[in-house]
Amino acid sequence: MAGIAIQDLVKRYGATQVVHGIDLTVQDGEFVVFVGPSGCGKSTTLRMIAGLEDIDGGEIRIGDRVVNRLEPKDRNIAMVFQNYAIYPHMSVGENIAFGLYTSKLDKVAKRAKVEEVGRILGLDALLERRPSALSGGQRQRVAIGRAMVRDPAAFLFDEPLSNLDAQLRAQMRLEIKRLHQRLGATIVYVTHDQVEAMTMADRIVVMRDGRILQVGSPMDLYENPADVFTARFIGSPTMNILPAGVSGGALTLGERPVRLALAEPAPPRILVGVRPQELRVLGEGEQADLALAGIVAVVEPLGPETFVHVEIGDQLVLASAAAKNPPRVGGAVRIGADVAALKFFDAATERAL
Amino acid sequence: MSAAAVGPRAGFGRAVAWVLLLAGGLAMILPLVFMFSTSLKDASEVYDLRLLPAHPTLDNYVTVLSDGRFLRWFANSMGVAVVVTLSNVFFDSLVGYTLAKFEFRGRYIVFLAILSTLMIPTEMLVIPWYVMARNFGWLDTYWGIMFPGMMTAFGTFLMKQFFETVPNDFLEAARVDGLNEFAIFWRIALPLVTPALSALAIFTFLSNWTAFIWPLIVTTSKELYTLPVGLSSFAVEQQIQWELIMTGAALATLPTLLVFLVLQRYIVRGVVLAGLKG
Ligand SMILES: Nc1ncnc2c1ncn2[C@@H]1O[C@H](COP(=O)(O)OP(=O)(O)O)[C@@H](O)[C@H]1O
Ligand SMILES: [Mg+2]
Repeated sequence: MAGIAIQDLVKRYGATQVVHGIDLTVQDGEFVVFVGPSGCGKSTTLRMIAGLEDIDGGEIRIGDRVVNRLEPKDRNIAMVFQNYAIYPHMSVGENIAFGLYTSKLDKVAKRAKVEEVGRILGLDALLERRPSALSGGQRQRVAIGRAMVRDPAAFLFDEPLSNLDAQLRAQMRLEIKRLHQRLGATIVYVTHDQVEAMTMADRIVVMRDGRILQVGSPMDLYENPADVFTARFIGSPTMNILPAGVSGGALTLGERPVRLALAEPAPPRILVGVRPQELRVLGEGEQADLALAGIVAVVEPLGPETFVHVEIGDQLVLASAAAKNPPRVGGAVRIGADVAALKFFDAATERAL
Repeated sequence: MSAAAVGPRAGFGRAVAWVLLLAGGLAMILPLVFMFSTSLKDASEVYDLRLLPAHPTLDNYVTVLSDGRFLRWFANSMGVAVVVTLSNVFFDSLVGYTLAKFEFRGRYIVFLAILSTLMIPTEMLVIPWYVMARNFGWLDTYWGIMFPGMMTAFGTFLMKQFFETVPNDFLEAARVDGLNEFAIFWRIALPLVTPALSALAIFTFLSNWTAFIWPLIVTTSKELYTLPVGLSSFAVEQQIQWELIMTGAALATLPTLLVFLVLQRYIVRGVVLAGLKG
């Protein structure tokens, strides 16, 4: 195992620059997830770490070696791809053994390693099968097995669960996380799915347009998003963002002014972020730091709680209500949140205040 | 669809289609039937154009098979066709793979150059080939028969198109696993295009097995004749013994059938494989 250090990493395709100088250090044994919308440069970054793409600037270290110019096979990394990339003309066992292609072990030792990996991944009964006789989840496990069998310095995953259905995805999330705990491996994992990022990562790297916006633990990003993009990207359902004015050090939003306790003087226009879970439907006469009135547009019961889409002016705001007695569609409703639950962003820069 | 096809008009259309197909089928198969029928006839019966021989006999087969020349030509054809087929399967796919999966300066030009040769018919190439063979001293040699077909633009084009359907992930996974570039081609990419390889092998084998003009031109000694050239020489020398020519031709179809039956299995299996990806 080894850590990975990236410095000022740049990638261009022709005239377009797609990665704009990234800095990141992944600790030995850490599970780091790159998350961001499609096309933001996650795969490109991962592929540069793997050595599948040349780099146009900066430096990549794996362990204490600079690997900028090394071939993929000399970097001692293993990679798992979105569409598994397990070889259809080889059995499961042969596929896993391919991870040992460059290994100097003898046949017996290789066989033993393949069987051990098969056992860990629950594939021991399937080693003779062809990939065509496997389910999607099993195929992805074979791909992970091929990566594991080699004891690489680091694992790289590129959206490994995107081709699986929701239920299987949840199961494989758990399995990959347990595998990480068991192997103590350094993992860099790329996904566009913030749920995967939140549930698996030690640290999340939020990317957008070829830049890192924020790095932090899942809860850290959830609690203290650095900007509107991260605030809306992390957490489900998406955080509400409400435009508001500021006058006399207080927000002009809702039924009464909300005092701002900010370090710096507030800008004139502010965006207020509040998560649907923190924005509750208020009972008759109930008060809250921030209180808003609107019309119920849609009610979504989810069992333990109910989400309520409320029309306030021309904006649709998502709030939560107790599962019992949800408000009626079309009726007037008041929603509110504690001031502690509010996030404030500069409307001009969209950075957190 | 099936509901619309019921009425009387559709029935009529279908009848027309059947008649046309039947006529086409007969036109294709009758010469073959005559070939087999004639090969079973006695020499006196050959110009009697009955489908069924009055006195069927295997004498012609005995005559042809015990004639050393026939066996020699058969072996020549087989050798040439097999070598050229193996060469095409290897080199066409190697070049096709390179054109499909590597980016290098001039790739497009190379591809265009290869494609453009597709538009030149064999008949036009025969003279330059002949000049080339004469200058290199290849006239009347096996290599002289084979060299023009060792690689084909068609095969290269076909393989390039197929390799383009192979997802890069397979190749990159292999690259990370530590295979060198040739091993990636040989152990990963090639097995993924077996249907195309089979098609190319069948096609190349057949076109070489039946090739006539070029082997006729480049060979002069009888020991080097391929089967089609040899059979036609039967016609010239011995006041056309049709029953023997037809017997030789009938025997010549056997490898064709065999190649197809054997490789067809791989085509089907290859298609199953190709449908596998997640
Ligand atoms: N081979 C390539 N040639 C040109 N542009 C590319 C190539 N690969 C990726 N890109 C561009 O680089 C950007 C980042 O791509 P990628 O890293 O695949 O995004 P992500 O994995 O985050 O969805 C995209 O805008 C994409 O169009
Ligand atoms: Mg990607």
